[in-house]
Amino acid sequence: MIDATDIINISLVGSTIRLATPLILAAIGGLYSERAGVINIALEGIMLAGAFTAAAVAAKTGSPYLAALSALISGVVVALIHAVACIRYRADQVVIGTAINILFLGAPALFSRAFFGSSGSTPQLETAQRLPNLFIYIAFIAVPVTYFVLFHTRFGLRLRMIGESPEAADSAGVSVEKIRYMAVLISGLLAALGGAYLAIGQNSFFTRNMTAGRGYIALAALIFGNWHPTKTLLACLFFGLTEALAIRMQGVINIPNQFIQMVPYIITMVVLAGFIGRVHPPKAIGQPYVKERR
Amino acid sequence: MQRILDSLLFPLLAVVSAFLVGGIIVFLVGDNPLRVYEIFFASAFGTIDGISYTLFYATPLIFTGLAVAVAFRCGLLNIGAEGQLYVAAFAAAWVGFTLDISQWVVIPLCMIAAIVAGAIWGGIPGILKSRFGSHEVINTIMMNFIAVGITSYFTQYYYRLPGDPILQTKTIFPQAQIPRMSAILGTFGINFPAWLPLNFGFFIAIFACIFVYIFLWKTKWGYELRAVGANASAAEYGGINVGRSIVLAMCISGALAGLVGINEVLGYRYRYYDGFSANYGFTGIAVALLGRNHPLGIFLAALLFGALVRGGLFVNIFSDRVSKDLVVVLQAVIILFVACEAIFQFLQKRNLATGKN
Repeated sequence: MIDATDIINISLVGSTIRLATPLILAAIGGLYSERAGVINIALEGIMLAGAFTAAAVAAKTGSPYLAALSALISGVVVALIHAVACIRYRADQVVIGTAINILFLGAPALFSRAFFGSSGSTPQLETAQRLPNLFIYIAFIAVPVTYFVLFHTRFGLRLRMIGESPEAADSAGVSVEKIRYMAVLISGLLAALGGAYLAIGQNSFFTRNMTAGRGYIALAALIFGNWHPTKTLLACLFFGLTEALAIRMQGVINIPNQFIQMVPYIITMVVLAGFIGRVHPPKAIGQPYVKERR
Repeated sequence: MQRILDSLLFPLLAVVSAFLVGGIIVFLVGDNPLRVYEIFFASAFGTIDGISYTLFYATPLIFTGLAVAVAFRCGLLNIGAEGQLYVAAFAAAWVGFTLDISQWVVIPLCMIAAIVAGAIWGGIPGILKSRFGSHEVINTIMMNFIAVGITSYFTQYYYRLPGDPILQTKTIFPQAQIPRMSAILGTFGINFPAWLPLNFGFFIAIFACIFVYIFLWKTKWGYELRAVGANASAAEYGGINVGRSIVLAMCISGALAGLVGINEVLGYRYRYYDGFSANYGFTGIAVALLGRNHPLGIFLAALLFGALVRGGLFVNIFSDRVSKDLVVVLQAVIILFVACEAIFQFLQKRNLATGKN
């Protein structure tokens, strides 16, 4: 006989928070980029880059802090590729994001084989080489900070303005390019931390495609959360909860795992179609900005 | 002639640049780039076996490349080819292992099942786009995951043979198999190794290229679809039903992606194998971009990527530093360079200066 408290109890809260953490970091990262008008499908790839870098550096140096720092650098580098391609060369943002995601399906395995002799995964880390909690704190601090930055600072005002109407921002003397670069780079930092958490927080190694679509779920949470920090946090917690339930109910209750895993994706489609409230994406999202020449 | 050369120039530059980047990566991980590339191309084009494997690996990429291109021509980005080919392959397999009837009936039915399943899976984001304005990119991504979940569910709980440790369905009836190249060439008295997986699916891929060319450039529907892609509001003003074109483009796109199921299930594995696709849907984006969304270009680009897949397997064996993941990296870098054509614009400026272009 299965008791309901076997599934719903205090440790469910814990695992929900742990499973939501990488989603929060990536989704809040994506929020900066998308509120500035740059679609960031590349979250998945940036997470993978951060996860691999963190695991590899932790394995080589033994220092989890150095690993986290390296993950941040990798996030900036990958985000820079996205930013330069989308802003400087005005390439299609979705195509570039997809290319980056494909790149980090392959690149980590390639380097893993060269550095560790196995393209499957990086070496197992010891407890002292991991950071199980730090990333969780960062994620939950990032949300109020982002709220403040977005709605109570000049940078946030400009960022939102650029996402809605770059022309107006430009004529008001705001550099569209500069703020878009900054926004994409911030999204790289946060998404890479989300990936690093998977590798050296939740687990103790990197495996091929270990994000398993979490970058896309973060994107889904961002849409579900209507590009707003607090609502996005709630969406991430909800998706974290479904994942936590899916893990617990495995073999206990007869609902196939596949269906629980599909929940975030189906919800996103329903929300996007406008069946639950209305979503308001930033108006200028996806459009490269071409400054008018005088 | 000048036009053809111009349209070849940028893709070639992108490929060469990507190979340079790949070469640097090979050097960084500690192998000789020239040696690795030699293994690549010798294994892909050096022997009859190599060429036939290259064509076999190119076949699904032709389908997904065409799929992405048809949507692209209508101004849509179909990132969902991966999901569309999964449901289509499963549908083809389901007909194949359910209906024990004559091959003249079952093979067309399998193909129709694949086409319809792919068209539905592609059509849903199309309808959502035209009806509710929701972005097809997000919806196709979401439907990829849903497709993976549903096919894996049915495979695991309903159609797996009892005790089979592998997540795959039972095999299709022998009548549902389409002939391999050895059987086709054999009827003309040509000897071809029977163990090579190249099959009738390759001819369907060539046929699909011709179909897409005729559809896009010789029919009214294709014209309307391209008009919507070029400028949706102008097309609407000109009396074209934009919503219908979007749904049509996504249905055809999904159907083309679904044809992968024919090559995979009816021509090669003879069953549905969970997670069989080696990112064919995403590689299709690279193929379409590199082939400039034109069937001929897509055919050539798919051959290149097919060769890379074949070569990658050999590099994996013959190099202890470089793995076959180099191929995935090359694909990504090619997309980056093709999408950032502006990088190469300094060449165009020079052309302008000398009065060409």
